This record gives sequence, structure tokens and C-alpha cells, in this order.
Amino acid sequence: MTSPLDQKKIKIAGPVVVTANRVDDGAVVYRSPDGGWTTELGGAAIVIDADSAHALAETAADDDLHAIGPYIAPVKLLPGGSVRPGNLRELIRRGGPTIELPTPLES
Amino acid sequence: MPLVENGQIVQDRYHYLSDEEPIPERVRVIVPAQRFLANADELIRRDGSLGVLWPNDRRIAELAPWLGHLALVALQFPKFRDGRAYSQARLLRETYGFRGTLRATGDVLRDQFHFLIRAGFDSFEVKKPADAHAFVEAANRYSVVYQPSADGRTPALRRRVQDRTELDGQNN
Amino acid sequence: MYVYDAFDRRLLAERVVEFRDQVSRRLSGELTEEEFKPLRLMNGVYLQLHAYMLRIAIPYGTLSTLQLRKLAEIARKYDRGYGHFTTRQNIQFHWIKLAELPDAMAELAKVGMHGMQTSGNNVRNITTDQWAGAAPDEIEDPRIWAELIRQHVTLHPEFSFMPRKFKIAVGASDRDRAALRIHDMALRLHRNAAGETGFEVMVGGGLGRTPYLAQTIKAFLPKRDVLSYVEAVLRTYNQFGRRDNIWKARIKILVHDLGAEAFAKEVDAEWQSIKDGALALEPDMVADIAGRFRYPDYEKLDDSPRELVTARRSVRGFDVWLSNCVTSHKVPGYAIVTLSLKPEGGTPGDCTAAQMNKLADLADRYSFGEVRVGHEQNLTLPHVAQRDLPALWRELGANGLAQTNVNLISDIISCPGLDYCSLANARSIPIAQEISRRFHDLDRQRNLGRLHINISGCINACGHHHVGHIGILGVEKNGEEFYQITLGGKADENATLGTLIGPAVPYAQVADVVEDIAAAYLDLRDRPEELFIDTVKRLGIAPFRERVYAAR
Repeated sequence: MTSPLDQKKIKIAGPVVVTANRVDDGAVVYRSPDGGWTTELGGAAIVIDADSAHALAETAADDDLHAIGPYIAPVKLLPGGSVRPGNLRELIRRGGPTIELPTPLES
Repeated sequence: MPLVENGQIVQDRYHYLSDEEPIPERVRVIVPAQRFLANADELIRRDGSLGVLWPNDRRIAELAPWLGHLALVALQFPKFRDGRAYSQARLLRETYGFRGTLRATGDVLRDQFHFLIRAGFDSFEVKKPADAHAFVEAANRYSVVYQPSADGRTPALRRRVQDRTELDGQNN
Repeated sequence: MYVYDAFDRRLLAERVVEFRDQVSRRLSGELTEEEFKPLRLMNGVYLQLHAYMLRIAIPYGTLSTLQLRKLAEIARKYDRGYGHFTTRQNIQFHWIKLAELPDAMAELAKVGMHGMQTSGNNVRNITTDQWAGAAPDEIEDPRIWAELIRQHVTLHPEFSFMPRKFKIAVGASDRDRAALRIHDMALRLHRNAAGETGFEVMVGGGLGRTPYLAQTIKAFLPKRDVLSYVEAVLRTYNQFGRRDNIWKARIKILVHDLGAEAFAKEVDAEWQSIKDGALALEPDMVADIAGRFRYPDYEKLDDSPRELVTARRSVRGFDVWLSNCVTSHKVPGYAIVTLSLKPEGGTPGDCTAAQMNKLADLADRYSFGEVRVGHEQNLTLPHVAQRDLPALWRELGANGLAQTNVNLISDIISCPGLDYCSLANARSIPIAQEISRRFHDLDRQRNLGRLHINISGCINACGHHHVGHIGILGVEKNGEEFYQITLGGKADENATLGTLIGPAVPYAQVADVVEDIAAAYLDLRDRPEELFIDTVKRLGIAPFRERVYAAR
């Protein structure tokens, strides 16, 4: 959950993705295998070693026209093949605040 | 890196002297601070316009004794977020009364033109050609300023009072 | 209420044009994010976990109903129907799209609002006491000086790229309701022995990784000199503040490293050379600004009118609300009403568009069209006739705005935390919600009395946990959320930093810990009137630490 400011020394202990925020609306996105961005975690490129992770993050960083602040984030791979965020911060980024949002009482 | 002065891209008539090269005569030079201070007496007697490249982490007070001999002072923005040279510029203009060319060098971008001009700069080594072409437009973005600065523009606080005085004068 | 004139409006309009151009150059790729980021920050546009966040300045916490209605409109049109009032008297919207921002800002500019300098390494929103202009104990309205300084530092060519942010607060009473000593610079209006009014200047306060309380560097500064002195402080900071380490870049570090005396000398040397120049304030300049503050056309009323007396006697619940949420006004027959934005189980400081509109209606009817925002994340109706209090209370109740928990344990101050903020290590809002649910019983709360809980989701301390009576700081340990507890902090004229009571406790135990602390207080206080904070001061943290960690 620590703000992932400097990841040069990051140790890759399991599967990771590269995630960022979309430029025009700030939505959470993940780097996809085709070099684009997807809002679906299931469509993200998953890598399992430090070199691949850094390479993925670097090419992502070059693409600041579409997404900003890319960093390496852990994921969990479940037996069925589905992907889940790997920590609370990523859970919140994907699923939204853990609290109920105020309901706008439209008048 | 285009040089902008008087709202136009111009040729740089100054030559940046390195730390080692011999000091040429009758050429406009910009000398790095350390070298200048070490050879000030010789340099000010030289034939040719003299400029100094001053780092942003040394007090302007150190340069002050020599300002009368300088045609140009170049200040530095290593990153545009590092705003120390704005203070240096204002001190040069307002505290020490420097009237020569004040040049902004380094990470100089369009979105700082308004601030740079107000701080007293009149010569700009602009990082991006596109920004150089947009200089006049960017420089004239704001017709209202809230505080006095080196450019001498009248801040809103005074303009309001002046307007009121004029209005009162008209009404009498 | 400061009324914008043609100059103010033109500057804002030009700012909107500039930002629109910057956004378009960003979206086209002409500007990289590295180049764009400081520019968007200068307009209050952050990137957070889920979306951009827009922080709109509410100068010295004063809002007209026109502005409040516009905020409701922005919430509905550009966000998800609600906004969040912050500990610096600003409002934040958490779901903004960059591409829509120029339009949103143009809308805000129509009512004189903006996000200028609510972020970035410049001078931020200037805050004051939310009762300014109404409080009986102030010597004059500090907002006039806050406005003078606000204009001076807005788009200031020299101070837009400082080592770090710079927060200024202005006060005008002995009781400090603006948390002066936790600011980078604070100015306190007071009278000297000769009966002249001037400023005490304090510098170097700030919370975060290394919290400090501000120190006095000038005991008495004449009003005429306030802008030149502010200039001298900022110039000293801009030149000599550290730029090598983001955690050491605030002025508090510079003041601490140099020592207050040496720092004051440095400032004074600069100040002497500029004090009689263009920044010397002339009386007509001050009068011009002061003249554009509109004050209510008060009626001639008596204190304790019949309507009030009757309601106190006969209407159930009214007196409790009155004693908790209403305070005296400097004009006879009037009162200051605080509205809690801390409903049971709610997010501290959040307000829906519908509530904003309702509040605007009530403020028009009962408070001369004026609302205030406090750093405690509550709102204030500053000028309510006492005879209108019963009617106002009924209407507030009908709209969920008559919470009677002001200054009580469930009146929690909390940052947005990990649910929203990309800097956070842990969540703060659910902690606040659980505590608020545990202590929902009003009699229990009143028995505990005034008790300020402050929660921050990370060391940046936006929840001001260091100065909470109970401070809660979220940290991360091995991927889990833990919370450090401090006791004894104070944000008033006796500002104090709280003391850590022991090892951090896990998320699930925080509310239990607060219950233990509350129970300990009830056992330890020497009489019911002894406030929690005074019990802590009298006994120290040891007995509380024992109680909390006995079973853990």
C-alpha cells in the first residue's frame, strides 16, 4: 500500500502487472500485451521476473500521451486462471473506495 | 535552443566561454561564475561586452560589486521547478539596480514566460522551438497582476485606488 | 463577503484561458506529463487512486450562497454528486475528468472561484478562523488581511516554484481557532502595550514526517509592513530552503536548522531593504479591500428573544443542540451556528449536492447568504438571528444537518485516506465511521465532553493527527493496515504535539482502543468537568497506555 514512488529496487516476488491512470479521465488502466492500455485487469500483461517487469514499466512510461504514473503492482493468480489485485491498494484502485459513497439525492 | 529577445527569435551575439579556453578580445563573452571571480580585474579591463553565468545557489550579493561592468547576467533554471533564479533576478533588478541584459537559461518553458518577464528577465534561451514561436502570446496572457515586481507593472491594488481617484476627480 | 471586482474577474478569466490551452497541449502530447504536472498542480488538479481530484480554494473559508450553489452544480455535472470539505477550508471533488476541467473551471470562474494554488510549490489557500467577522473576541476581521495577502501571493512571479508548499494562516483573537502554530507562517493580529494593532509573526510550523510548531520571529509588525515582511520571508525561503530532499524542503526545516533567531536576522536583512518600497501598504489600499467586504445589515435585536426562551424550555432536543452547536455573536441578538458534517457512520466533511443546495436556501433565509468552512471540516452559518434559531434547527433536522456532535468524540477530523488518496498507506474513513458508530449515543458523547479525534492515512498528516486530543496515524506493516495512536495534541493557542502511546494496533482494533481510552478517561478524571485533554495533561499518557496495552 505504500505509495510506489521509487521502484528501481523493487523485488518481484510473484506475478505483477504495470498499472497507471488514463490521461483524459484518470481511470485505472493496466498495460496490455499489445502495448496498449486496458481497464480490465483480466486483459493485463502479466510478468513474473524483475527484468520483464522493468521493461514493461519503461515502455509504459514512454506512453504518457495515454496514461500517467505507471508502476509495477502485484497480482494474485487464482486456480481458475482469473487475476486478482495483489494488495489492498490495488483492490481499492480497481474496485473503488471501500466505503459507501454519499447517494446524491437528485432534486 | 532558440534565443528570444524583444519578442523575436534572434541570433546569440554572445559566446559562452568554457573554463579553459583563452579569453578572446573584442568578442561578447559569457564567463562562468567561478572563472569570472578568479579573473575579474582582467576581464573587466578587456575590450568587449562581458557577461557572467551565475549559479542559482550563490548569493547575488557576491556578484554585486561587479555589476557596473557587466553587460549581461545569465541565471539558471536547472529544472523549471527550481525557482531560485526568480529571486536572484528580482534582487539584481530591484535591489542592485542592474540594467543590463538578464538572461534565463536552462529548463525555460512557455508556461514560465509570464513569471520570467515579471521577474526582470529580458533574454530567454527557450528549450522548445514551438515555445519560442509562442512567446508573444504567452507573455501577454495576463492583463492583470496582483503584485509589484521588476517589470514595473502597476498591481491591481494601486490601479483600483488610481481609478477611484480619477472617478472622484471626474465627479467633482 | 469579499466582492470580486473587474480586476479579480479578469485575472480569473485569463487563468482559465491559460489552463484550457495547457490541457489541450497535454492531450495532444505537446506537453509531457512531467511538464504538465506542475502546471495542473498550480490549478489544484491532483491525480489520485481512481481519478483526478480538483481542489477548489475557499479563501479564508468564506462562501456566498451563489458560490455554494455553483459547487453543487459542479458536483452534479462533473463529479458524482458530492464534495469533500478539507482541513484547509477548501473543497475537493474526487472524480474529475481532465478533459472536462477547463469547462468546470470556467463555470467556477463565473462565481469567482478557482483552484489556483491549492496545490504545487507555491503559497496555498490562506486560512483564518471560520468565525471571523462574527466572533465577539476578535479585535478586527482577519479576513481583510488574508485577502490582501492572498492577492499578493497569487500568480506571484517569484514564488511559484519554491522548494515546497507554503501555508499561511491569519488570526485576530487570543483564542486560536485557526491552528496558527501548525502553519509555515502565521500572523496574529493583536494590540501591543501602546494600544496599536499589529501582527505577531510566527514561522516554521508544519506537521508531517517532522512536525514542528511555529516560532515567533517578530513580536510586533505594523500593519503597513505586512506585505513586505511576507515577501522577505518567502524570498528567504525560496533562496535557502532545501531542494535536495522532498522531506526536508519545508520552511520548518530551514528555521530549525538555522535557528529561529538566525532565520529572523536573515529575513530582517532582506526586509530592511524593501520595507519602504512599493510594498508598503497605504491606508487607501487597505481601505479599498476592506470596503469590498460586505457585512450584513443587522437588525437591532435583543439577546435571548422570546422565541428562543420558549423553545429552550419546551422543545425536546433543542437545548442540547443549542448548547453544542451555537455560540455567541459580537452583535446582540445574533448567533453563530455550526453544522456538523459528521453524521453517524458517515465520511467526515462530505456534503452532497442536495445538501449544499438546501444549505444555500437556509443561509439565504437565516444567515444573510453567507456560509463558512472550518478546518474541522464542519460548516458555519455565521449570522443567525437568535429568534430564528428554533425554526432553523427544525429545518436542519429535516435535512440531516442538525447533528449535535460538534466538538464531541464523533466530530472526527479525517483525511480521505487510502480509499481515495494515492499517497496513503492505510484507510482513514472506515476508522472514523466505526468510531462514530460506537459512540453514536449522544448522552455518552456529552458525558465524555469535548474530545477531538484526528485521523491521517499517512505521514503527510492532512488529518492533522499530531494535534488531535487523540491522534490516529495509518501505517503499513507487511501489507496490513496498522495505526499509531497519540494522545495530548492540541491545535489551539496552547498548541501541542501529541505523544505516541505505544506500538501500532491493527485496523480491527482501533475502535476498541478508542473505547478503552474513553473508558480510562472516565475513570481518571478528577471531576466530570475536567476535559479529556486536561486529564491527559495532568496525568500524562502512562495510565492510558497501560489500559490500552494491558490486554494487547
